[in-house]
Amino acid sequence: MQSETVKMNVSVWRGNRRDGGYLSYKVPMEDNQTILDVVTWIQHNEDPTLSYRFACRVGMCGSCAMMVNGIPRWTCRTHVKKVLKDNAIKVAPLRNLPVIKDLATDMDRFFDNWNKAGGVHHSDQTRNDEIELIDPNKPARKIVDAGIECINCAVCFAACDTVSGNDQYLGPAALNRAWTLVNDEKDADRPGILDLVSGNGGCHNCHSQGSCSEYCPNELDPMVAIAGLKRETMRHLISQGKTDA
Amino acid sequence: MIQPHRSHTLFLAFLLHRISGLLLALFLPIHFWVLSLTLTAPNEFDSMLAWSDNSFVKLAEFVLVFLLAVHIFGGLRLIALELLDWNSGQKTAAASAVAIAVFVSGIFLLRAI
Ligand code: SF4
Ligand code: SF4
Ligand code: FES
Repeated sequence: MQSETVKMNVSVWRGNRRDGGYLSYKVPMEDNQTILDVVTWIQHNEDPTLSYRFACRVGMCGSCAMMVNGIPRWTCRTHVKKVLKDNAIKVAPLRNLPVIKDLATDMDRFFDNWNKAGGVHHSDQTRNDEIELIDPNKPARKIVDAGIECINCAVCFAACDTVSGNDQYLGPAALNRAWTLVNDEKDADRPGILDLVSGNGGCHNCHSQGSCSEYCPNELDPMVAIAGLKRETMRHLISQGKTDA
Repeated sequence: MIQPHRSHTLFLAFLLHRISGLLLALFLPIHFWVLSLTLTAPNEFDSMLAWSDNSFVKLAEFVLVFLLAVHIFGGLRLIALELLDWNSGQKTAAASAVAIAVFVSGIFLLRAI
């Protein structure tokens, strides 16, 4: 087939935390091909030492995100045709995270922030309690539903310039998670979450630049979630002031 | 060059808001100082007025009115996003803020020339 002989120029970032650079590869073009396919082709045919992460290949696990031509993307669901520019593609590890090797980053800061933002379920019930029924049509529940399909891919984290400029900042995904819990009737420590997200590095650092919402592959809207947290934390502060007085 | 991940409407709106804010912070003290001349040194103020009649100064004023308008309307958009839970159509709102600013400063320019 003729299309197999057409090749594109792919440059891939190779190296570790301290040094590295871009190496170029010629990769045969296919009719249907994702960026993850391209990276895999290089590993299978050019250099088996190329390191990168993936698992599900269908946009569920969130492990395959990389910078593609300067934009953070889930590579298993990014088609080459969509991003190819002048027959070239540049693939790099996610921004804002330290590189371990090649395309694999150290995601500790990203995941640690989930806990720092109170992103675990706080329960006040036991297994013996009746399961509470939550009406799916309640406004608060709809807010939760809009934000829970996060796959922890860190695309938003890599897109955010507040994350780059402030290493205390919790980042869009962790704050988005906190917002879903603040609206979750079953969470028993919602004021505690508001305290965690209003401190240093919390929601008030966000400049509403919206890069998170622009690139989130699951079309979540962390910017709007963070605006919600700003509002709720202010309301919380004011009502606290009233009860203290 | 603006990096690829920053080339989208709301980031550009952020940039415009920052730059207009900084320029206004530089300009407004001068503006108030000139106004204060009406009280402290009316003669100097008159010569200032005569100077401000040339077209370059008019154009500069147009830019300043634009900056002020874009900062006000862009700021209102952000306040609405954060305080009013009004958050659909942010891109349209940001574009509208620029459009209104162009309109307001355009009228100012037309009246000035
Ligand atoms: S809206 Fe906030 S969290 Fe999202 S990219 Fe911008 S600064 Fe980061
Ligand atoms: S909010 Fe979106 S971009 Fe961010 S980690 Fe979750 S799925 Fe990925
Ligand atoms: S490999 Fe699982 S989301 Fe891409």
